[in-house]
Amino acid sequence: MYQPLKNSASRWLFQWRGPERGTIVLVQRRVFILPTRQGLLFAGVILLMLTGSVNYDLSLGFILAFLLGAAGIQTMLHTFRNLAHLRITAGRVQPVFVGEPAQFQLNIQNTTRADRYSIGVTGNKVTADYIDVPADSTVVAQVPVPALQRGWLRPGRMTLFTRFPVGLFRAWSYAEPDVSCLVYPAPANPGLPLPALIAGEGEGGLAGQGQDEFSGLRSYRPGDSPRHIAWKAVARDDTLLTKQFAGRADAELWLSWDTLPLQMTIEQRLSHLTRWVLEADACGMTYGLRLPSATLPLAGGPSHRAECLRALALHGTATDHA
Amino acid sequence: MAQRPITLNERPIVAREAYGLAAGFMLASAAHLLRLPLWLGALISVVVFWRLYLAHRNLTSPGKWLLGLVAFAAAGGILIEYRTLLGRDAGVALLVVMLALKLLETRTLRDGILLGFLGFFLLVTNFLFSQTITTALYMLGCAWLLIVVLIGMQFTGTWPGWRQPARRAALLLVQALPLMLVLFLLFPRIQGPLWGLPQDSHAGLSGLSDNMSPGSLNSLILSDAVAFRAEFRGRIPEASALYWRGPVLWDYDGRTWTAPRFVFNATDLPAGEPVVEYTVTVEPHNKRWLFALEMPMQRPPRAVATRDMQLLSTTPVRSRMRYNMTSQLQATYGADDSENVLNRALQLPQGFNPRALKHAQQLRQKYRDNRQLIDAVLNDFRNENFVYTLSPPLLGEHAVDEFLFDTRRGFCEHYASAFTVLMRAAGIPARVVTGYQGGQVNPVSDYILIRQADAHAWTEVWIAGTGWIRVDPTAAVSPARVERGIASALPRSDELPMFVRGDFELLQRMRLTWDSVTYTWNQWVLGYNPERQRQFLANLGFSDATWQKLAVLLFVFAGLAVLTGALFAFRDLRGARNDIVRAAYDRFCRKLARGGLPRHPSEGPLVYARRASQWKPEAAPAIETITQRYVTLRYGTGASEQDARELERSVSRFAV
Repeated sequence: MYQPLKNSASRWLFQWRGPERGTIVLVQRRVFILPTRQGLLFAGVILLMLTGSVNYDLSLGFILAFLLGAAGIQTMLHTFRNLAHLRITAGRVQPVFVGEPAQFQLNIQNTTRADRYSIGVTGNKVTADYIDVPADSTVVAQVPVPALQRGWLRPGRMTLFTRFPVGLFRAWSYAEPDVSCLVYPAPANPGLPLPALIAGEGEGGLAGQGQDEFSGLRSYRPGDSPRHIAWKAVARDDTLLTKQFAGRADAELWLSWDTLPLQMTIEQRLSHLTRWVLEADACGMTYGLRLPSATLPLAGGPSHRAECLRALALHGTATDHA
Repeated sequence: MAQRPITLNERPIVAREAYGLAAGFMLASAAHLLRLPLWLGALISVVVFWRLYLAHRNLTSPGKWLLGLVAFAAAGGILIEYRTLLGRDAGVALLVVMLALKLLETRTLRDGILLGFLGFFLLVTNFLFSQTITTALYMLGCAWLLIVVLIGMQFTGTWPGWRQPARRAALLLVQALPLMLVLFLLFPRIQGPLWGLPQDSHAGLSGLSDNMSPGSLNSLILSDAVAFRAEFRGRIPEASALYWRGPVLWDYDGRTWTAPRFVFNATDLPAGEPVVEYTVTVEPHNKRWLFALEMPMQRPPRAVATRDMQLLSTTPVRSRMRYNMTSQLQATYGADDSENVLNRALQLPQGFNPRALKHAQQLRQKYRDNRQLIDAVLNDFRNENFVYTLSPPLLGEHAVDEFLFDTRRGFCEHYASAFTVLMRAAGIPARVVTGYQGGQVNPVSDYILIRQADAHAWTEVWIAGTGWIRVDPTAAVSPARVERGIASALPRSDELPMFVRGDFELLQRMRLTWDSVTYTWNQWVLGYNPERQRQFLANLGFSDATWQKLAVLLFVFAGLAVLTGALFAFRDLRGARNDIVRAAYDRFCRKLARGGLPRHPSEGPLVYARRASQWKPEAAPAIETITQRYVTLRYGTGASEQDARELERSVSRFAV
């Protein structure tokens, strides 16, 4: 009962307005400011100085206390100004697999003539990326958001904050850019072996495994099967390399929903299909994907891989973002 | 950039920050270190250098138990040294040591910030010992440095160098000035103290005391410290009339003159036309006397006047005090003093100074009239071989006898003492008055500066029908003392403070200029107390300022001051370069539109320029230049601030 009330109060006070398209300008109305604990401590020290000055009749004590107090109040303006009038646009975000953090990027642009220092950008209110934004420049801030579920991931409301220059005040502002990260299902581990190749034009059952002709090494990509990691190479020079195997070019590999065991849940099936797509792609095979909702024709290459993974990520979700 | 916690309070401080904190602490406590006992200064230096070494080697601070042990030992040492942990001196010593140990312990940003704040408090404690202009400027510098260090700790990215925080701190202080001024003038002042002051809080103040024995004035005369300053409305009286009355000494024990412990309040002060009006600003001397020209006609606020015309403050003068005064230079008083009072002014100790007593008896037989007797004694002083000197020979048990008949070398206290003894022995009520005589006129701001070196002692005798009149035997011996000051009255071999003599004219002049700056400083900065605040508000037109009125006034002016700062702070948020360019071009378009050729919403600048040039061929070059500049600035690269200004200028010149 209390929480919804608090939420609606915050919505009104902090003008939470949901995702915003385009450039978000931190106009003065959107920047909030409150003293920090250290600010209160500073006020306490000033009060102590004033009390001492009254007691010992120290005119210069009054002057120093008033000067520092006034400077403290001025820092409020400096802190506020350090954040106000920044322009924020969301940058591109690379798709990730479930379990990895999505690296959202905020382009923070400072069109004013004042340099901005020590601005923190946080999505989770636990860790932050700190950046300096000099006058007339743009700096990219990273906001990692853990991807827990396949589909579209929104970063949610991000907080930009600063305590600069003295730390007596903390100014903050909320920004929720209209951006999403595509989250692929996590590749199953361990996975089932790739389904049998179907020779071209319906000559089923004759295909080789597509995994037996070693054709070279390439650098490791997330989703690669540990069985294909060249462990000797790892021992040699500490970089993860994946062994690549040449499939037969004329073979057709169909990664099909239906070939998976019936007792698997939807998510498990998607996981295995994801792994197959990665393995097939790693081997440079031509493969197609059959899902209950869609079928992606035989093809190869990065864009096909992306299409397949996207179809897997969005399987069964109501909305399909452009 | 890696992710870091959203509060950086726990991050370790780096070497640069430790150096900054150590420098701020050392400078803020430098003046204290000179006053602390040697072992404490050594301990603090060791602790600070230890910290610097740790920062240099990037080592962690020593464990808490070791620091606790050192703190405990230092506190014990202070307790032994000062015999207390309270009080001004011991308290400051303790504060400095504890802050030094805190500096050693400082590990994280949180510690560093706390230490910076405590440094500000340390600055204020310096004012317990000195509030001069130099101290103020020095402490301002220290405050600035501490702010620089505090700002320096807030950078999270690449370190931009100390210049950046240094400029920011200076800007903050400049912006704080208006609000500081408003708060200083309007913040409701309360008269302290709020609690009992430690015993030693006013140690080291000098001034006249309530007794006088041979040689006691000497230490005062060798001091060029300021006793008080007086500002006259109208002409300053002649130097020989400037007798600033202080403690009146009645009782003599053969060696020392003392002021009576109990005094009676005056029934009335001299009335009539005031001869001189002036304002006295007396320096704290931790005694109750207030000084005024003989004879005062009014009491300062919170002060009483006694029957023997002393002005006594109700509490010892422990802060600079300022009061208006009027005096009648020729007034006499006390013609109706009772037998009791006059008897007290005739007492002499038994068995002292037999020769002086005998001499007084002879004079009494020779002169029946009191005034003739007085003149005879003064003539003796004038014509016999008496010498006025600051370094008289030491006197034995019968001090007055030896002075009058053997040594004949003395100083105002010898003359006043001997004269008063002679008067009493001859049956004329007499007493010693101490105070100051003369003073130095400051030509820079037209006030009189009275130093401790102007301390003087003279005699008052009671004449039937007239009352008490002043007789200054020193004036008989050395008229120059009262007419031209102490420096001209003394032989050059006598030691005097450097500036009391009129040598080094340029230096003297500089010294007087500096003193007049100090006087203004004292008047307006140090002397701004609840009373002056009331006066100031009355001048503003708030004669009966209540707390509520003062609060409203304070908030209005403080708001204005903050607003001024805000306007200043946000000035550079608006004038972004792109906006200047856009604004200039918009102005150009408006000019053309007023001329009758508005730009179509979809029209690009180049197309619009072509159309405008055809429409007004004579303006074509200007249109061309402006458009070219605009396009370069807006869409090109490598354009500078200078180009934006150029564009603004050409738009301003452009006319249709």
